[in-house]
Amino acid sequence: MTLLEVKDLAVSFPTADGLVQAVRGVSFTVDAGRTLGIVGESGSGKTVLTQTLLGLTPGGQISGSAVFDGVNLLGLPEDKMRRIRGAQISVIFQDPLTSLHPLYRVGWQIAEMIRAHDSSVSKAQAHERAVELLGRVGIPRPELRVNDYPHQFSGGMRQRAMIAMALSLEPKMIIADEPTTALDATVQAQILDLLLRLQQDFNTALILITHDLGVVADIADDVMVMYAGRAAEKATKRDIFYSPHHPYTKGLLESIPSSTAASERLRPIAGQPPSLINLPAGCKFHPRCAYVMDRCLSEEPSLRVVGEDAFHSSACWLPVEAAGLSDRAEELRKETVREGRSDAAAEVAEAIAAAPESEGSVI
Amino acid sequence: MSNPSADGDGDMLVRVENLVKYFPVTGGGFIRHTVGQVQAVDDVTLSIPRGKTLGLVGETGSGKSTLARCVAGLIPITSGTVTFDGRDITNLPRRVMRPVRREIQMIFQDPYGSLNPRRRVGSIIGDPFAIHKTATGQERKRRVQELMERVGLNPEHYNRFPAEFSGGQRQRIGVARALALRPKLIICDEPVSALDVSIQAQVLNLLADLQDEFGLSYLFIAHDLEVVRHVSDAVAVMYLGRIAEAGPRDPLYTSPRHPYSTALLSAAPAADPDAAASRQRIILTGDVPSPIDPPRGCRFHPRCPKAQAICGEQEPVLESKPGDPSDHVTACHFPVEAGEQLAAAGRRETP
Repeated sequence: MTLLEVKDLAVSFPTADGLVQAVRGVSFTVDAGRTLGIVGESGSGKTVLTQTLLGLTPGGQISGSAVFDGVNLLGLPEDKMRRIRGAQISVIFQDPLTSLHPLYRVGWQIAEMIRAHDSSVSKAQAHERAVELLGRVGIPRPELRVNDYPHQFSGGMRQRAMIAMALSLEPKMIIADEPTTALDATVQAQILDLLLRLQQDFNTALILITHDLGVVADIADDVMVMYAGRAAEKATKRDIFYSPHHPYTKGLLESIPSSTAASERLRPIAGQPPSLINLPAGCKFHPRCAYVMDRCLSEEPSLRVVGEDAFHSSACWLPVEAAGLSDRAEELRKETVREGRSDAAAEVAEAIAAAPESEGSVI
Repeated sequence: MSNPSADGDGDMLVRVENLVKYFPVTGGGFIRHTVGQVQAVDDVTLSIPRGKTLGLVGETGSGKSTLARCVAGLIPITSGTVTFDGRDITNLPRRVMRPVRREIQMIFQDPYGSLNPRRRVGSIIGDPFAIHKTATGQERKRRVQELMERVGLNPEHYNRFPAEFSGGQRQRIGVARALALRPKLIICDEPVSALDVSIQAQVLNLLADLQDEFGLSYLFIAHDLEVVRHVSDAVAVMYLGRIAEAGPRDPLYTSPRHPYSTALLSAAPAADPDAAASRQRIILTGDVPSPIDPPRGCRFHPRCPKAQAICGEQEPVLESKPGDPSDHVTACHFPVEAGEQLAAAGRRETP
């Protein structure tokens, strides 16, 4: 069952330096009980995208639609949005210390959240529910810890408290924005397991925003890779990891130390992400792409189906068969590039090859 | 055998022996007095060979950054010794320490916080020359531009401010500054954790190239276990101020002996869905205890799936276990055997 359907969502912010095109036409759907991982580097638009869904991007110029459970979230009046935010869609942020108020007890903050959405709940009932929720997310002795202040909790416990708060009204969808980035590996494993287990219990839809492909490999069902405000590739988790089509996805996978044998040279993506005010013409990835061709310089590709599975789509001019990490796919990519590259593109390609280790010009 | 990475004594650039660093905790009202000690680093022995990399892993609060600062001579040591290049540099007076500092440099985690935003990049990188009075005027500028070129920055950007550079470029500025005085040891404290994955790979390659070119030794601290595996020759795992296990990289990653290293390695997310699904994950319960009042006996015993009575009473010795090479050492009464399933293994849930 489709819970959220986003179509052609675009968000830009007028600034003194020019228009910042943070999100430039993104479409995706999320089903109940499933997890969509959104992956991308800093500035790829992943956070702006989800904050726009919640009406948290004031000053942004927004177009497109985002239908959640039959209601278009974009342009929803603030009083209606308040009833959805928290109760039906809740958010877990990256930094649990700054997301909790330092001067209020953890339990009070959870209880307040419950009472803000349903004033018929008494203070005592809300407190009881806070204890129950803290126990549910694995806080030991919740009846005592409910009266602690946030600083008395460790990082992992604070993130558990945030999850308890996000769950307090049994939302249909949770947006987790880098939920484990601030945590150590062992605590991260605990939190990811908790999210997964709670998702199964409540059949919640989960949007997981992260730059960590390891986290995505662990708990996502579907993945959307974003670059410069657009989806570069969308696929099931297995297709993204085992037969990536877009050179950016492939580059991300190859940049991870674990993908190369230890001590071998890593294969980073040359250059750095573009400025969102002054985007390059054509495909926004072409100044960093090893497979740049003539048409990439002038025409921006849109998403098209590239795999056997109709869900696997990629925004790249390379032929649809050129997906995956096999030698044959690489041969096909090279062949296409040989045919599709003349003077202008060859110059770009030379510039990339000449400085594969440096980061190009100053922004 | 208490020397994790020893493979011939003359080749050791750094030797740390029985290093202890306690921070006093003060309390009381008008009269402040010491009420306890944060045992940040407690009896750590390790060494770093010339031209090699020692990786240091552990969770927040395990003492890895404190250990690094002790080695760099930035904070006084409570007890123990640090030998650098055959010379005892433990708690040297400032004036005597100064020439040694040229040879030990640091690269920090946050490329935004570690560069003065009001100063031009050329002058930031040129600082070491000014402080140690080794180059002035045009000579300094020439050497700074050489360094910038070497780390992949455009030397023409000499007069720009840090804000004009991206995160990865700023980290290159930090690398250039660390490299200026041709150090023998660079301590890298989470050098890539603030960078995006594609940029992270660029900086790791740069560090590898510089090591080859200048014969540098690295003490490399990171919480990302895959990054540490990629760069290190030997690895030490810290827990609550102590070394739980240390040894050459490959045996330690493929067959860890300490239950804590085993759990830590099993918890690290792998960017491979099939591996993630089939992996036996050991989820540790609870949090790291306070270093003010660490558990008696083995410090890991309250969270250890293999703990028995003796673990709470007797501190295990860091030693080579039967079947391991002499430089692979483990501090555990009941080391993990090959193929052994730990009690909590494979369970996808939390307590």
